[in-house]
Amino acid sequence: MATLSIPNPVPSAIEDAEKLRKAFQGWGTDEKAMIAVLAHRDAAQRKQIKIAYEEQYKEKLLKRIESEISGHFERAVYRWIFDPVERQAIMANIAIKNKVVDFPVIIEIACINSSNELLAVKQVYQSLYKHSLEEDVASHATGDFRKLLFALVGTYRYDGEEINTELAKTEAKILNDAITKGEYNSDEIIRILSTRSKAQLQATFNCYKDAHNLSITKALSTKTPNDFVIALRAAIRCRTTPTKYFEKVLRNILQKSGMDEDALTRVIVMHAEKDLKEIKELFQTRANMTLEQAVAKKTSGDYENFLLALIGN
Amino acid sequence: MADETLSLKKAFSGHGGFGVDETTMAAMVTKWRKQPDQKSRFRSDFSGFFTKIGSIEKCEDDYLLRLKTEFSRFKNIMVLWLMHPWERDARWMHHVMHKSYPFTVIVEIACTRTSEELLGAKRAYQALFNHSVEEDVAYHIKESYSKLLVGLVSSFRYEGPQVDNDMAKWEAKALGNVIKSSGSGKLIQNEEVIRILTTRSKRHLKATFKHYKELHGKPIEEDLGANLCLQETVKCIDKPAKYFSEAINIAFKEGADKPSKLSLTRVIISRADVDMEEIKETYHKQFGVKLEDMITKNTHGHYKDTLLTLIGK
Repeated sequence: MATLSIPNPVPSAIEDAEKLRKAFQGWGTDEKAMIAVLAHRDAAQRKQIKIAYEEQYKEKLLKRIESEISGHFERAVYRWIFDPVERQAIMANIAIKNKVVDFPVIIEIACINSSNELLAVKQVYQSLYKHSLEEDVASHATGDFRKLLFALVGTYRYDGEEINTELAKTEAKILNDAITKGEYNSDEIIRILSTRSKAQLQATFNCYKDAHNLSITKALSTKTPNDFVIALRAAIRCRTTPTKYFEKVLRNILQKSGMDEDALTRVIVMHAEKDLKEIKELFQTRANMTLEQAVAKKTSGDYENFLLALIGN
Repeated sequence: MADETLSLKKAFSGHGGFGVDETTMAAMVTKWRKQPDQKSRFRSDFSGFFTKIGSIEKCEDDYLLRLKTEFSRFKNIMVLWLMHPWERDARWMHHVMHKSYPFTVIVEIACTRTSEELLGAKRAYQALFNHSVEEDVAYHIKESYSKLLVGLVSSFRYEGPQVDNDMAKWEAKALGNVIKSSGSGKLIQNEEVIRILTTRSKRHLKATFKHYKELHGKPIEEDLGANLCLQETVKCIDKPAKYFSEAINIAFKEGADKPSKLSLTRVIISRADVDMEEIKETYHKQFGVKLEDMITKNTHGHYKDTLLTLIGK
């Protein structure tokens, strides 16, 4: 469930556009007013506000925002404003054009969406960037990462509930063979992980666990942190237990030293209108504090206020 | 009587032809009604089709199978014609996995359909078989060309007008380098070759092939060695009318095998409403004979009539 909270009744798009305009005028920006509007509207409403603002004031809302605010706050608001499909297309493009492809972003987008949701992202991606998502992933990623990311992004997976238990047993064995040999980049691992349906994959991993008394992600833990294996585990968890995956990502960001604002922004912004509530609840049981407390501890200023507003404070 | 027997033998021979002469057969039923002796004489006269085990007369199994195929040509083409194109494509692709259809059918469908048509075929495949076509291709086809096939069938290419000419030139050069340095057996598994052929838009690839020819003085097909899969891929993307015209020609060759003959039905049905005119012209130019003449000469009965109607005679 979403953590996004919308006032009832919700003001009209024109009223909202006026409030934003007021927030931009004069010296400095009234960030609190901005947050009060933008962080409490759903995708359709945000779209209407953009249109109303542009009609009324003859300038693009995004451009104005970019000139009014900056830093982590600006990046978060920018990503938030778009609807989920366009947002993911834009974030995928940013991830790809990074010096080194930001693989968690691509893995998340490729693995947590249903086949049709991913297809919608790809269609928007094509209209925005005049390339297919697949061709950009393939031409910017290299080596084993290219193999994995391309396979995850490229397949139009079957989303049904049908399972073949015999096949699950066979493929659990194939996975085990590759893992015991340390061949983490094996074609078979990538094939199974990227082409099988979620239900079939879950069945396969259950067989694996039954046979070896060890979950497959634990089996893939290597002593030396290896980026590719990290990617593999991320893909496995995104495909089968996304809530746990995102909870862990948040916990890593918020409870370890250092700070990755881009990752924090990504998780909050991408899930606030989707399933952040479940992630939040799991976080609380695991971290012994609420997500709000953890975010407040590690962030500050307008950025903190914006995130807290999305988290449902 | 001798003439009738001859024409009836011919009608029943199913020999190297396409379809059967139902009219002659039907006429004989009328003529030889209530004349078991007539039929008996025919059977003993038609050795090869009819034989004896001791005193028991039987049909040769070979002939029965051949005749069955010939009778069913018309039924098949009618059913296929009525089917939705997506279901047709899905079923043809499925055949490759589970019978001995040549893999080139997958190349053909993946490369000559538009992105929307291929997506539709993939959806139909899932609805019919409860698997994605990608997972089935990856699982059932374990040959050197399987990575290429999976890539082709996964593709959701950009179809807009934009082409990055510099990139096309660069990739033409890159392909040239790979071709020079790879053994011809390894070419089909080369990551760059697969990436370029399976992710780039068709417009981009046509530009790339054009640059290749300018750079190396010959079309890329000539440098692909005996790699049938690669050749077919390039042909389907660059010159589909030529590909189809050649597929039809192979079907008409002396001693053509069953899958080759089946491609006659497949090509004509799938292209009748798309680019049949262009295929006819190409066929005429390439082989010096009109397609309708070849069909008239080599096929029979209702099957022939249907083909002629479909090609727009």
